[in-house]
Amino acid sequence: MTNDTAIQPITSIDLAARSVRELNQLLHTAVDGSAFVIDNPAGQHSIGAGIDADIDVTVNGHVGYYFAGMHKTGTVTVHGSAGVGLAENIMSGIVHVTGDASQAAAATGHGGLVIIDGNTGARCGISMKGVDIVVGGSIGHASAFMAQAGRLVVCGDAGEALGDSIYETRIYVRGTVASLGADCVEKPMREEHLAELGDLLTAAGRHEDPADFRRFGSARSLYHFKVDNAGSY
Amino acid sequence: MCGIAALQLRNPTLRGDLGLLMHGMLCEIVDRGPDSAGLALYGDDRLNPADRAAVTLLDVSMDADVFAQTLAVALPGAAVVVTRLGETTLVTALTGTAELEAAIESILQDAQVAGRGEHVTVLKGTGHPLDLAETYGLKQVTGWQGLSHTRMATESAVTASGAHPFTVADDLCLVHNGSFSNHASIRRQLRAEGIHFDSENDSEVAARYIARRLEQGDDLSTALTRLGEVFDGFYTLVVTTPTSMAVVRDPIACKPAIIAETDDWIAMASEYRALASLPGIENARIFEPSPGVVYTWELSPAAPARDTIPEAISL
Repeated sequence: MTNDTAIQPITSIDLAARSVRELNQLLHTAVDGSAFVIDNPAGQHSIGAGIDADIDVTVNGHVGYYFAGMHKTGTVTVHGSAGVGLAENIMSGIVHVTGDASQAAAATGHGGLVIIDGNTGARCGISMKGVDIVVGGSIGHASAFMAQAGRLVVCGDAGEALGDSIYETRIYVRGTVASLGADCVEKPMREEHLAELGDLLTAAGRHEDPADFRRFGSARSLYHFKVDNAGSY
Repeated sequence: MCGIAALQLRNPTLRGDLGLLMHGMLCEIVDRGPDSAGLALYGDDRLNPADRAAVTLLDVSMDADVFAQTLAVALPGAAVVVTRLGETTLVTALTGTAELEAAIESILQDAQVAGRGEHVTVLKGTGHPLDLAETYGLKQVTGWQGLSHTRMATESAVTASGAHPFTVADDLCLVHNGSFSNHASIRRQLRAEGIHFDSENDSEVAARYIARRLEQGDDLSTALTRLGEVFDGFYTLVVTTPTSMAVVRDPIACKPAIIAETDDWIAMASEYRALASLPGIENARIFEPSPGVVYTWELSPAAPARDTIPEAISL
Protein backbone atom coordinates (compact mmCIF):
# COMPACT_ATOMS: atom_id res chain seq x y z
CA MET A 1 0.00 0.00 0.00
CA THR A 2 1.31 3.42 -0.88
CA ASN A 3 0.61 6.62 0.86
CA ASP A 4 1.34 9.98 -0.73
CA THR A 5 0.98 11.85 2.52
CA ALA A 6 4.19 12.14 4.51
CA ILE A 7 3.90 10.29 7.80
CA GLN A 8 3.50 12.82 10.57
CA PRO A 9 4.70 12.18 14.12
CA ILE A 10 2.03 11.86 16.79
CA THR A 11 1.87 14.95 18.95
CA SER A 12 1.08 14.38 22.62
CA ILE A 13 -0.68 17.10 24.57
CA ASP A 14 -1.09 16.99 28.34
CA LEU A 15 -4.02 19.20 29.32
CA ALA A 16 -2.79 19.17 32.92
CA ALA A 17 0.14 21.25 31.65
CA ARG A 18 -1.33 23.14 28.67
CA SER A 19 -4.56 25.06 28.18
CA VAL A 20 -7.49 24.10 25.97
CA ARG A 21 -6.92 27.36 24.07
CA GLU A 22 -3.35 26.34 23.26
CA LEU A 23 -4.49 22.88 22.21
CA ASN A 24 -7.26 24.16 19.96
CA GLN A 25 -4.90 26.67 18.33
CA LEU A 26 -2.53 23.79 17.60
CA LEU A 27 -5.35 21.70 16.10
CA HIS A 28 -6.49 24.62 13.95
CA THR A 29 -3.04 25.01 12.39
CA ALA A 30 -2.43 21.27 11.98
CA VAL A 31 -1.72 19.86 8.53
CA ASP A 32 -3.67 16.99 6.97
CA GLY A 33 -2.49 13.57 8.09
CA SER A 34 -1.18 14.65 11.50
CA ALA A 35 -2.21 12.89 14.68
CA PHE A 36 -2.67 14.03 18.27
CA VAL A 37 -3.07 12.23 21.58
CA ILE A 38 -4.55 14.27 24.40
CA ASP A 39 -4.26 13.26 28.06
CA ASN A 40 -5.85 14.60 31.24
CA PRO A 41 -8.85 16.37 29.70
CA ALA A 42 -10.48 16.45 33.19
CA GLY A 43 -13.89 17.35 31.79
CA GLN A 44 -12.77 20.71 30.40
CA HIS A 45 -15.07 22.42 27.95
CA SER A 46 -14.69 23.03 24.20
CA ILE A 47 -11.80 20.63 23.65
CA GLY A 48 -11.24 20.02 19.94
CA ALA A 49 -13.81 22.57 18.80
CA GLY A 50 -13.61 23.72 15.20
CA ILE A 51 -11.27 21.10 13.73
CA ASP A 52 -11.08 21.68 9.95
CA ALA A 53 -8.11 19.56 8.82
CA ASP A 54 -7.99 15.85 8.05
CA ILE A 55 -6.33 14.90 11.30
CA ASP A 56 -6.68 12.10 13.84
CA VAL A 57 -7.27 13.08 17.47
CA THR A 58 -7.44 10.67 20.39
CA VAL A 59 -8.47 11.82 23.87
CA ASN A 60 -7.83 9.65 26.91
CA GLY A 61 -10.34 10.57 29.61
CA HIS A 62 -13.66 12.37 30.01
CA VAL A 63 -14.36 15.61 28.12
CA GLY A 64 -16.72 18.43 29.07
CA TYR A 65 -19.25 20.57 27.21
CA TYR A 66 -19.16 21.16 23.44
CA PHE A 67 -16.43 18.66 22.67
CA ALA A 68 -15.58 18.68 18.93
CA GLY A 69 -18.16 21.37 18.30
CA MET A 70 -18.49 22.47 14.65
CA HIS A 71 -16.34 19.50 13.64
CA LYS A 72 -15.58 19.73 9.90
CA THR A 73 -13.25 16.88 9.02
CA GLY A 74 -10.92 14.29 10.48
CA THR A 75 -11.54 11.63 13.11
CA VAL A 76 -11.82 12.31 16.80
CA THR A 77 -12.04 9.54 19.41
CA VAL A 78 -12.69 9.94 23.12
CA HIS A 79 -11.80 7.04 25.38
CA GLY A 80 -14.20 8.20 28.05
CA SER A 81 -17.47 10.10 28.26
CA ALA A 82 -18.55 13.50 26.96
CA GLY A 83 -20.55 16.36 28.45
CA VAL A 84 -23.40 18.48 27.08
CA GLY A 85 -23.41 19.34 23.37
CA LEU A 86 -21.03 16.69 22.02
CA ALA A 87 -20.12 17.49 18.37
CA GLU A 88 -22.67 20.26 18.29
CA ASN A 89 -23.24 21.50 14.73
CA ILE A 90 -20.89 18.88 13.26
CA MET A 91 -20.52 19.43 9.50
CA SER A 92 -18.65 16.27 8.42
CA GLY A 93 -15.95 13.89 9.69
CA ILE A 94 -16.25 11.38 12.53
CA VAL A 95 -16.59 11.86 16.29
CA HIS A 96 -16.51 8.68 18.38
CA VAL A 97 -17.08 8.48 22.15
CA THR A 98 -16.48 5.11 23.79
CA GLY A 99 -18.43 6.00 26.94
CA ASP A 100 -21.63 7.97 27.44
CA ALA A 101 -22.64 11.42 26.22
CA SER A 102 -24.73 13.97 28.10
CA GLN A 103 -27.63 16.01 26.72
CA ALA A 104 -27.91 17.39 23.19
CA ALA A 105 -25.37 15.09 21.55
CA ALA A 106 -24.82 16.06 17.88
CA ALA A 107 -27.38 18.85 18.22
CA THR A 108 -28.04 20.69 14.93
CA GLY A 109 -25.45 18.51 13.15
CA HIS A 110 -25.39 19.04 9.38
CA GLY A 111 -23.33 16.02 8.36
CA GLY A 112 -20.66 13.53 9.40
CA LEU A 113 -20.97 10.61 11.78
CA VAL A 114 -21.24 10.71 15.58
CA ILE A 115 -20.77 7.37 17.34
CA ILE A 116 -21.52 6.94 21.03
CA ASP A 117 -20.85 3.43 22.30
CA GLY A 118 -22.70 4.04 25.58
CA ASN A 119 -25.88 5.94 26.38
CA THR A 120 -26.85 9.56 25.86
CA GLY A 121 -28.88 11.93 27.99
CA ALA A 122 -31.91 13.84 26.76
CA ARG A 123 -32.27 15.64 23.42
CA CYS A 124 -29.87 13.49 21.41
CA GLY A 125 -29.89 14.79 17.83
CA ILE A 126 -32.11 17.76 18.62
CA SER A 127 -32.66 19.75 15.43
CA MET A 128 -30.33 17.44 13.48
CA LYS A 129 -29.95 18.62 9.90
CA GLY A 130 -28.14 15.78 8.16
CA VAL A 131 -25.76 14.19 10.67
CA ASP A 132 -25.75 10.42 11.19
CA ILE A 133 -25.79 9.35 14.85
CA VAL A 134 -25.23 5.80 16.07
CA VAL A 135 -25.79 5.13 19.78
CA GLY A 136 -24.77 1.74 21.19
CA GLY A 137 -26.92 2.15 24.27
CA SER A 138 -30.07 4.10 25.02
CA ILE A 139 -31.06 7.72 24.50
CA GLY A 140 -32.96 10.12 26.76
CA HIS A 141 -36.21 12.00 26.28
CA ALA A 142 -36.95 14.55 23.56
CA SER A 143 -34.38 13.09 21.22
CA ALA A 144 -34.53 14.04 17.52
CA PHE A 145 -36.80 16.95 18.49
CA MET A 146 -37.51 18.98 15.33
CA ALA A 147 -35.12 16.74 13.40
CA GLN A 148 -34.81 17.84 9.80
CA ALA A 149 -32.47 15.41 8.04
CA GLY A 150 -29.99 12.61 8.71
CA ARG A 151 -30.26 9.24 10.41
CA LEU A 152 -30.40 8.35 14.13
CA VAL A 153 -29.66 4.74 15.12
CA VAL A 154 -30.33 3.57 18.67
CA CYS A 155 -29.25 0.05 19.64
CA GLY A 156 -30.89 0.34 23.06
CA ASP A 157 -34.09 2.12 24.10
CA ALA A 158 -35.43 5.60 23.39
CA GLY A 159 -36.93 7.89 26.04
CA GLU A 160 -40.17 9.82 25.94
CA ALA A 161 -41.30 12.05 23.07
CA LEU A 162 -38.97 10.60 20.46
CA GLY A 163 -38.96 12.69 17.28
CA ASP A 164 -41.35 15.34 18.51
CA SER A 165 -42.23 17.83 15.73
CA ILE A 166 -39.95 15.95 13.36
CA TYR A 167 -39.68 17.27 9.78
CA GLU A 168 -37.63 14.48 8.23
CA THR A 169 -34.85 12.11 9.50
CA ARG A 170 -35.03 8.35 9.68
CA ILE A 171 -34.85 6.98 13.22
CA TYR A 172 -33.99 3.31 13.85
CA VAL A 173 -34.51 1.88 17.33
CA ARG A 174 -33.67 -1.68 18.37
CA GLY A 175 -35.18 -1.58 21.87
CA THR A 176 -38.29 0.04 23.27
CA VAL A 177 -39.59 3.54 22.66
CA ALA A 178 -41.10 5.12 25.80
CA SER A 179 -43.35 7.34 23.67
CA LEU A 180 -43.40 9.08 20.31
CA GLY A 181 -43.60 12.86 20.05
CA ALA A 182 -46.09 14.80 17.96
CA ASP A 183 -46.08 13.80 14.27
CA CYS A 184 -43.53 10.99 14.74
CA VAL A 185 -44.82 7.60 13.60
CA GLU A 186 -43.55 4.08 13.05
CA LYS A 187 -42.92 3.24 9.41
CA PRO A 188 -42.22 -0.04 7.61
CA MET A 189 -38.66 -1.31 7.24
CA ARG A 190 -38.13 -1.76 3.52
CA GLU A 191 -35.08 -3.24 1.82
CA GLU A 192 -33.42 0.15 1.36
CA HIS A 193 -33.81 0.85 5.07
CA LEU A 194 -32.26 -2.46 6.07
CA ALA A 195 -29.40 -1.72 3.68
CA GLU A 196 -28.69 1.82 4.92
CA LEU A 197 -29.00 0.72 8.55
CA GLY A 198 -26.54 -2.10 7.89
CA ASP A 199 -24.10 0.40 6.42
CA LEU A 200 -24.47 2.75 9.39
CA LEU A 201 -23.93 -0.06 11.91
CA THR A 202 -20.86 -1.23 10.02
CA ALA A 203 -19.48 2.32 9.85
CA ALA A 204 -19.91 2.54 13.62
CA GLY A 205 -18.14 -0.80 14.13
CA ARG A 206 -21.27 -2.51 15.45
CA HIS A 207 -22.66 -5.99 14.86
CA GLU A 208 -26.40 -5.73 15.55
CA ASP A 209 -28.76 -7.27 12.99
CA PRO A 210 -30.66 -4.54 11.08
CA ALA A 211 -33.71 -6.83 11.08
CA ASP A 212 -34.03 -6.30 14.87
CA PHE A 213 -34.72 -2.57 14.47
CA ARG A 214 -37.90 -0.59 13.90
CA ARG A 215 -38.08 2.60 11.86
CA PHE A 216 -39.70 5.88 12.88
CA GLY A 217 -40.14 9.08 10.94
CA SER A 218 -42.34 12.02 10.14
CA ALA A 219 -46.07 11.71 9.43
CA ARG A 220 -45.67 15.08 7.71
CA SER A 221 -48.97 16.29 9.09
CA LEU A 222 -47.39 19.41 10.62
CA TYR A 223 -45.87 20.61 7.35
CA HIS A 224 -48.80 22.82 6.48
CA PHE A 225 -51.15 24.96 8.46
CA LYS A 226 -54.57 23.36 8.80
CA VAL A 227 -57.43 25.78 8.37
CA ASP A 228 -59.46 23.70 10.83
CA ASN A 229 -57.06 24.94 13.56
CA ALA A 230 -57.52 28.61 12.74
CA GLY A 231 -59.86 29.03 15.70
CA SER A 232 -57.03 28.07 18.07
CA TYR A 233 -55.03 31.20 17.27
CA MET B 1 -27.29 29.41 35.62
CA CYS B 2 -25.87 28.39 38.99
CA GLY B 3 -23.28 25.88 40.07
CA ILE B 4 -23.61 23.11 42.62
CA ALA B 5 -21.01 20.78 44.11
CA ALA B 6 -21.78 18.38 46.95
CA LEU B 7 -19.69 15.75 48.67
CA GLN B 8 -20.47 13.07 51.24
CA LEU B 9 -17.44 11.29 52.66
CA ARG B 10 -18.05 7.65 53.54
CA ASN B 11 -14.45 6.89 54.39
CA PRO B 12 -13.57 8.56 57.73
CA THR B 13 -9.90 8.82 56.75
CA LEU B 14 -10.83 11.42 54.11
CA ARG B 15 -12.71 13.67 56.52
CA GLY B 16 -9.65 15.73 57.44
CA ASP B 17 -9.58 16.85 53.81
CA LEU B 18 -13.26 17.76 53.33
CA GLY B 19 -12.52 21.45 52.79
CA LEU B 20 -9.60 20.80 50.48
CA LEU B 21 -11.68 18.48 48.30
CA MET B 22 -14.60 20.92 48.31
CA HIS B 23 -12.31 23.79 47.36
CA GLY B 24 -11.13 21.83 44.32
CA MET B 25 -14.76 21.27 43.32
CA LEU B 26 -15.75 24.90 43.96
CA CYS B 27 -13.00 26.16 41.62
CA GLU B 28 -14.73 24.38 38.72
CA ILE B 29 -18.22 25.77 39.33
CA VAL B 30 -17.23 29.44 39.68
CA ASP B 31 -18.00 30.12 36.01
CA ARG B 32 -21.59 29.03 36.55
CA GLY B 33 -22.29 31.60 39.25
CA PRO B 34 -19.74 34.29 39.98
CA ASP B 35 -21.96 36.79 41.86
CA SER B 36 -22.32 35.09 45.24
CA ALA B 37 -21.73 31.76 46.91
CA GLY B 38 -22.47 29.68 49.95
CA LEU B 39 -21.35 26.61 51.85
CA ALA B 40 -22.97 24.10 54.17
CA LEU B 41 -20.32 22.18 56.10
CA TYR B 42 -21.18 19.23 58.30
CA GLY B 43 -18.91 18.22 61.15
CA ASP B 44 -16.17 20.83 61.30
CA ASP B 45 -14.93 20.85 64.89
CA ARG B 46 -13.49 24.34 64.57
CA LEU B 47 -16.57 26.12 63.14
CA ASN B 48 -19.20 24.06 64.94
CA PRO B 49 -17.75 21.96 67.77
CA ALA B 50 -19.57 18.75 68.65
CA ASP B 51 -21.26 19.93 71.85
CA ARG B 52 -22.46 23.27 70.48
CA ALA B 53 -25.24 24.75 68.43
CA ALA B 54 -24.38 27.13 65.61
CA VAL B 55 -26.50 29.91 64.16
CA THR B 56 -25.50 31.87 61.07
CA LEU B 57 -26.59 35.51 60.84
CA LEU B 58 -26.33 37.88 57.90
CA ASP B 59 -25.55 41.58 57.81
CA VAL B 60 -25.27 42.07 61.58
CA SER B 61 -24.65 45.78 62.14
CA MET B 62 -23.78 45.50 65.85
CA ASP B 63 -20.08 45.33 66.70
CA ALA B 64 -19.06 41.65 67.02
CA ASP B 65 -17.49 42.10 70.49
CA VAL B 66 -20.46 44.04 71.83
CA PHE B 67 -22.81 41.46 70.36
CA ALA B 68 -20.80 38.60 71.95
CA GLN B 69 -20.79 40.29 75.36
CA THR B 70 -24.53 41.02 75.24
CA LEU B 71 -25.27 37.46 74.16
CA ALA B 72 -23.03 36.08 76.96
CA VAL B 73 -25.18 37.93 79.48
CA ALA B 74 -28.34 36.48 77.93
CA LEU B 75 -26.88 32.95 77.93
CA PRO B 76 -24.82 32.60 81.11
CA GLY B 77 -22.48 29.64 81.12
CA ALA B 78 -23.02 28.94 77.43
CA ALA B 79 -19.51 30.10 76.43
CA VAL B 80 -20.79 32.10 73.47
CA VAL B 81 -18.41 32.54 70.54
CA VAL B 82 -19.11 35.11 67.81
CA THR B 83 -17.06 35.01 64.61
CA ARG B 84 -17.42 37.55 61.81
CA LEU B 85 -16.68 36.07 58.36
CA GLY B 86 -17.53 38.68 55.72
CA GLU B 87 -21.29 39.22 55.58
CA THR B 88 -21.74 36.11 57.73
CA THR B 89 -21.68 36.20 61.50
CA LEU B 90 -21.35 32.77 63.06
CA VAL B 91 -22.54 32.29 66.62
CA THR B 92 -21.92 29.10 68.60
CA ALA B 93 -22.84 28.29 72.17
CA LEU B 94 -23.23 25.39 74.57
CA THR B 95 -26.98 25.38 74.09
CA GLY B 96 -29.63 23.98 71.83
CA THR B 97 -30.29 25.69 68.52
CA ALA B 98 -33.72 27.03 69.51
CA GLU B 99 -32.39 28.51 72.76
CA LEU B 100 -29.50 30.19 70.95
CA GLU B 101 -31.78 31.55 68.23
CA ALA B 102 -34.21 32.95 70.81
CA ALA B 103 -31.40 34.69 72.70
CA ILE B 104 -30.10 36.19 69.45
CA GLU B 105 -33.54 37.47 68.50
CA SER B 106 -33.94 39.09 71.92
CA ILE B 107 -30.88 41.21 71.11
CA LEU B 108 -31.19 41.63 67.32
CA GLN B 109 -34.88 41.88 66.55
CA ASP B 110 -34.28 42.04 62.80
CA ALA B 111 -31.65 39.28 62.74
CA GLN B 112 -31.52 37.41 59.46
CA VAL B 113 -30.92 33.79 60.38
CA ALA B 114 -29.31 31.98 57.43
CA GLY B 115 -28.20 28.78 59.11
CA ARG B 116 -28.88 26.74 62.17
CA GLY B 117 -27.89 23.38 63.52
CA GLU B 118 -25.79 21.27 65.83
CA HIS B 119 -23.84 19.71 62.97
CA VAL B 120 -23.90 22.13 60.07
CA THR B 121 -22.18 25.47 59.56
CA VAL B 122 -23.69 27.68 56.86
CA LEU B 123 -21.56 30.45 55.36
CA LYS B 124 -22.67 32.64 52.47
CA GLY B 125 -22.17 36.03 50.93
CA THR B 126 -21.79 38.13 47.80
CA GLY B 127 -18.57 38.34 45.82
CA HIS B 128 -16.28 36.01 43.93
CA PRO B 129 -16.73 32.46 45.23
CA LEU B 130 -13.00 31.84 45.63
CA ASP B 131 -12.55 35.08 47.62
CA LEU B 132 -15.39 33.93 49.86
CA ALA B 133 -13.74 30.49 50.22
CA GLU B 134 -10.62 32.31 51.41
CA THR B 135 -12.64 34.38 53.91
CA TYR B 136 -14.29 31.21 55.25
CA GLY B 137 -11.03 29.22 55.39
CA LEU B 138 -12.60 26.48 53.30
CA LYS B 139 -9.34 24.61 52.66
CA GLN B 140 -8.91 24.00 56.40
CA VAL B 141 -12.41 22.63 56.91
CA THR B 142 -12.90 19.08 58.12
CA GLY B 143 -16.06 16.99 58.37
CA TRP B 144 -18.15 14.34 56.70
CA GLN B 145 -20.34 16.22 54.24
CA GLY B 146 -20.44 19.52 52.42
CA LEU B 147 -22.47 21.46 49.94
CA SER B 148 -21.39 24.44 47.85
CA HIS B 149 -23.30 26.72 45.52
CA THR B 150 -22.28 29.52 43.18
CA ARG B 151 -25.12 31.80 42.17
CA MET B 152 -26.04 33.63 39.00
CA ALA B 153 -29.10 35.46 40.27
CA THR B 154 -32.33 35.36 38.25
CA GLU B 155 -35.34 35.43 40.57
CA SER B 156 -34.21 37.90 43.24
CA ALA B 157 -31.43 40.36 44.06
CA VAL B 158 -27.74 39.60 44.53
CA THR B 159 -27.57 39.68 48.31
CA ALA B 160 -26.17 37.39 50.99
CA SER B 161 -29.72 36.39 51.94
CA GLY B 162 -30.45 35.43 48.32
CA ALA B 163 -27.34 33.22 48.17
CA HIS B 164 -27.68 29.50 48.76
CA PRO B 165 -27.82 27.22 50.72
CA PHE B 166 -31.14 27.79 52.41
CA THR B 167 -31.25 26.33 55.89
CA VAL B 168 -34.72 26.81 57.33
CA ALA B 169 -34.71 23.95 59.84
CA ASP B 170 -31.95 22.55 62.02
CA ASP B 171 -29.18 20.97 59.93
CA LEU B 172 -31.37 20.82 56.79
CA CYS B 173 -29.81 22.56 53.77
CA LEU B 174 -30.99 23.08 50.20
CA VAL B 175 -29.29 24.43 47.09
CA HIS B 176 -31.02 25.01 43.76
CA ASN B 177 -29.98 25.49 40.15
CA GLY B 178 -32.93 26.73 38.14
CA SER B 179 -36.06 28.72 38.82
CA PHE B 180 -39.54 27.92 40.07
CA SER B 181 -42.47 29.48 38.23
CA ASN B 182 -45.20 28.94 40.84
CA HIS B 183 -43.25 29.83 43.97
CA ALA B 184 -45.46 32.84 44.78
CA SER B 185 -48.59 30.65 45.00
CA ILE B 186 -46.86 28.05 47.16
CA ARG B 187 -45.39 30.78 49.40
CA ARG B 188 -48.90 32.16 49.92
CA GLN B 189 -50.20 28.71 50.83
CA LEU B 190 -47.37 28.08 53.28
CA ARG B 191 -47.82 31.54 54.83
CA ALA B 192 -51.48 30.71 55.33
CA GLU B 193 -50.29 27.65 57.29
CA GLY B 194 -48.23 29.96 59.52
CA ILE B 195 -44.83 29.49 57.89
CA HIS B 196 -42.53 32.52 58.12
CA PHE B 197 -40.32 33.53 55.16
CA ASP B 198 -37.02 35.42 55.28
CA SER B 199 -36.81 36.44 51.61
CA GLU B 200 -38.66 36.66 48.31
CA ASN B 201 -36.33 34.04 46.86
CA ASP B 202 -37.97 31.14 44.98
CA SER B 203 -35.51 28.58 46.36
CA GLU B 204 -36.43 29.47 49.95
CA VAL B 205 -39.98 28.35 49.15
CA ALA B 206 -38.68 24.89 48.21
CA ALA B 207 -36.62 24.76 51.41
CA ARG B 208 -39.65 25.76 53.52
CA TYR B 209 -41.83 23.25 51.71
CA ILE B 210 -39.40 20.38 52.35
CA ALA B 211 -38.94 21.37 56.00
CA ARG B 212 -42.73 21.43 56.38
CA ARG B 213 -43.11 17.97 54.80
CA LEU B 214 -40.38 16.53 57.03
CA GLU B 215 -42.01 18.10 60.06
CA GLN B 216 -45.24 16.38 59.07
CA GLY B 217 -43.58 12.98 58.95
CA ASP B 218 -42.33 12.51 55.39
CA ASP B 219 -38.88 11.10 54.90
CA LEU B 220 -36.54 13.11 52.66
CA SER B 221 -37.22 11.04 49.56
CA THR B 222 -41.00 11.32 49.94
CA ALA B 223 -40.79 15.06 50.58
CA LEU B 224 -38.82 15.54 47.35
CA THR B 225 -41.23 13.37 45.38
CA ARG B 226 -44.10 15.54 46.64
CA LEU B 227 -42.14 18.65 45.73
CA GLY B 228 -42.05 17.38 42.14
CA GLU B 229 -45.84 17.15 42.16
CA VAL B 230 -46.36 20.66 43.55
CA PHE B 231 -43.57 22.83 42.14
CA ASP B 232 -43.42 23.91 38.52
CA GLY B 233 -40.21 25.10 36.92
CA PHE B 234 -36.62 24.16 36.27
CA TYR B 235 -34.57 22.66 39.01
CA THR B 236 -31.69 20.57 40.05
CA LEU B 237 -31.83 20.41 43.85
CA VAL B 238 -29.43 19.00 46.42
CA VAL B 239 -30.76 18.64 49.95
CA THR B 240 -28.66 17.54 52.91
CA THR B 241 -29.31 16.44 56.47
CA PRO B 242 -26.60 15.39 58.95
CA THR B 243 -26.82 11.82 57.72
CA SER B 244 -28.05 12.03 54.16
CA MET B 245 -27.77 13.75 50.82
CA ALA B 246 -30.47 13.86 48.15
CA VAL B 247 -30.49 14.94 44.50
CA VAL B 248 -33.50 15.52 42.25
CA ARG B 249 -33.97 17.11 38.82
CA ASP B 250 -37.15 18.40 37.24
CA PRO B 251 -38.98 15.93 34.97
CA ILE B 252 -37.58 17.37 31.75
CA ALA B 253 -34.06 17.77 33.11
CA CYS B 254 -33.53 21.40 32.21
CA LYS B 255 -30.55 21.79 34.47
CA PRO B 256 -27.43 19.65 34.45
CA ALA B 257 -26.28 17.24 37.14
CA ILE B 258 -23.74 14.48 37.32
CA ILE B 259 -23.01 12.03 40.09
CA ALA B 260 -19.90 10.01 40.88
CA GLU B 261 -19.77 7.27 43.48
CA THR B 262 -17.00 5.21 45.03
CA ASP B 263 -16.80 3.19 48.24
CA ASP B 264 -15.11 6.23 49.83
CA TRP B 265 -17.46 9.04 48.77
CA ILE B 266 -20.49 10.14 46.82
CA ALA B 267 -20.30 13.42 44.93
CA MET B 268 -22.67 15.47 42.80
CA ALA B 269 -21.90 18.49 40.67
CA SER B 270 -23.38 20.59 37.90
CA GLU B 271 -20.56 19.55 35.61
CA TYR B 272 -18.13 16.64 35.51
CA ARG B 273 -15.09 18.91 35.66
CA ALA B 274 -15.93 19.66 39.31
CA LEU B 275 -15.57 15.94 40.07
CA ALA B 276 -12.44 15.34 38.01
CA SER B 277 -9.94 15.96 40.81
CA LEU B 278 -11.58 13.76 43.46
CA PRO B 279 -9.38 10.87 44.66
CA GLY B 280 -10.25 7.65 42.84
CA ILE B 281 -12.45 9.35 40.22
CA GLU B 282 -10.90 7.16 37.53
CA ASN B 283 -12.66 4.13 39.03
CA ALA B 284 -15.86 5.88 40.14
CA ARG B 285 -19.32 4.96 38.88
CA ILE B 286 -20.33 8.11 37.00
CA PHE B 287 -23.87 8.80 35.83
CA GLU B 288 -26.40 11.53 35.17
CA PRO B 289 -29.38 11.40 37.51
CA SER B 290 -32.55 10.57 35.57
CA PRO B 291 -35.14 13.32 35.30
CA GLY B 292 -37.76 13.38 38.05
CA VAL B 293 -36.08 10.61 40.07
CA VAL B 294 -35.14 11.23 43.71
CA TYR B 295 -31.71 9.89 44.69
CA THR B 296 -30.72 9.68 48.35
CA TRP B 297 -27.59 8.45 50.06
CA GLU B 298 -27.36 7.72 53.78
CA LEU B 299 -24.13 7.76 55.71
CA SER B 300 -23.63 4.31 57.12
CA PRO B 301 -24.23 4.15 60.90
CA ALA B 302 -21.35 1.67 60.97
CA ALA B 303 -19.00 4.56 60.25
CA PRO B 304 -20.24 7.33 62.53
CA ALA B 305 -19.06 10.77 61.55
CA ARG B 306 -18.47 11.71 65.16
CA ASP B 307 -19.71 10.55 68.53
CA THR B 308 -22.77 12.74 68.55
CA ILE B 309 -24.03 12.13 65.03
CA PRO B 310 -27.67 11.10 65.22
CA GLU B 311 -28.64 7.69 63.84
CA ALA B 312 -31.51 9.36 62.06
CA ILE B 313 -32.43 12.98 61.76
CA SER B 314 -35.35 14.19 63.82
CA LEU B 315 -36.82 17.47 62.68
